[in-house]
Amino acid sequence: MTNTPEYRMAKTAKLMIDILPDKCDFCGCCVGVCPEDAIELKEAEIFIIDERCTNCSKCVWSCPIEVIKFNKEGVVKR
Amino acid sequence: MKRYYDVVVVGGGPAGSMAARYAAELGVSVLILEKDRDIGYPVRCGEAVSRKGVEEFIEPDEKWIASHITKFSMNAPDGTEVVLPLPEEGFVLERRVFDYELAKSAANAGAEILTRAYVNGLLFDGDAVSGVKFDYRGEQHEVEADVIIAADGVESRVGRWAGIKTHVDFRDMESCVQYTISGIDVDPNTIYFHFGSNAAPQGYLWVFSKGNTSANVGLGVSGLVGKKKSALQFLEEFMERHYPNAAILTSIAGGVPCSVTLERISAPGIILVGDAARQVNPLSGGGIASGMIGGSIGGRIAAESIKKGKPQHLLTYDKEWMDRLGKRHETFDRIKNGIYNFSDEKFNSIAYSFSKVPNDKRSLGNLFKTALIHNPGLLIDVARVFI
Repeated sequence: MTNTPEYRMAKTAKLMIDILPDKCDFCGCCVGVCPEDAIELKEAEIFIIDERCTNCSKCVWSCPIEVIKFNKEGVVKR
Repeated sequence: MKRYYDVVVVGGGPAGSMAARYAAELGVSVLILEKDRDIGYPVRCGEAVSRKGVEEFIEPDEKWIASHITKFSMNAPDGTEVVLPLPEEGFVLERRVFDYELAKSAANAGAEILTRAYVNGLLFDGDAVSGVKFDYRGEQHEVEADVIIAADGVESRVGRWAGIKTHVDFRDMESCVQYTISGIDVDPNTIYFHFGSNAAPQGYLWVFSKGNTSANVGLGVSGLVGKKKSALQFLEEFMERHYPNAAILTSIAGGVPCSVTLERISAPGIILVGDAARQVNPLSGGGIASGMIGGSIGGRIAAESIKKGKPQHLLTYDKEWMDRLGKRHETFDRIKNGIYNFSDEKFNSIAYSFSKVPNDKRSLGNLFKTALIHNPGLLIDVARVFI
């Protein structure tokens, strides 16, 4: 048996929100607009807290450098 | 590091350092916890500030002043430029040095500082906040305090953990990106602003000289704009049009909460200061001076409440902030909402009308008057600013 990654799948919406940490500048814009406190951000580490994210998209619209995207395939859980 | 402090400040930016200093100066014990490894770095800021905004807190020093500003240049979408003198001098800062000096002044007043200390939770005693949990050098720690001062910037998570709604409507969040570039020809004493749908719709683009043919070139756009096109794309296009050959020394992203102050900025055992409290001037997006004011009020009130043994005194912070600047920011916010919806034609005709004003009659006040002729509804709000 190989380790199959666990995916975070959409509950209602078809598009999932995905942060690309390699491109991120860790500026905190997305955290400031997130109504659910669903983004964890450290000095150089960022991820979505799966159980809180409602896929509301506000972080996607607010990211200045297009690091947060919609992902149709489902997002690997952190 | 002790197990208990009178005050713990989360975040070592200008607001946090001033809160720490003003509290420590009244004789209470203070600890600052900074997430990053350096105070003052990375610099997520255009770095312009008025002299008046900083000299209340620190004696101006050339070592953190990159340029002295005396002129304001408004650039309309059609390229019309209007230059006018500023009523008072301003600075473009070296925030890296500036923030260090502010933190040092807090330390000199007696505050302790830890960097790479990542606060990840609060401690409670009943309903009141009574301390913080944090990761420091890979180990989890707890420290108790009478008052927690949340100065954790645009993210503002600490306040949320205390039950305060801190998130900003995405339309009010200015998503910003900035390059520090070199090899360009700008007047070191002028701050340049570009408006309009090409430069930065529902926001503005700035060019602030850092001296020696170097400048901060950045912009902010509302999340409503970012939905269709990112701040980064706008900046790349501007660079292509204006400075295609400039070397980019730094590129940085950031968010500026351009809204009124949060409805509540204190709760039992905790107060919020600076960007975390949404104390940014919503019209200009400037947060250094207002954050230091918020921090200084918050630090003093925190120390007073501890010394008097009256925890409820902490809750007077909201009113004192509102009286000092908060109400003014509400007016600025209304003006912002008027100006941000100006069309390109409106910006062009304001710049054109103003370019007919003789040089010796040019002032920010007169520019405002010109803008008002184009949008009389703003008049009432502008009147409130000056009364």
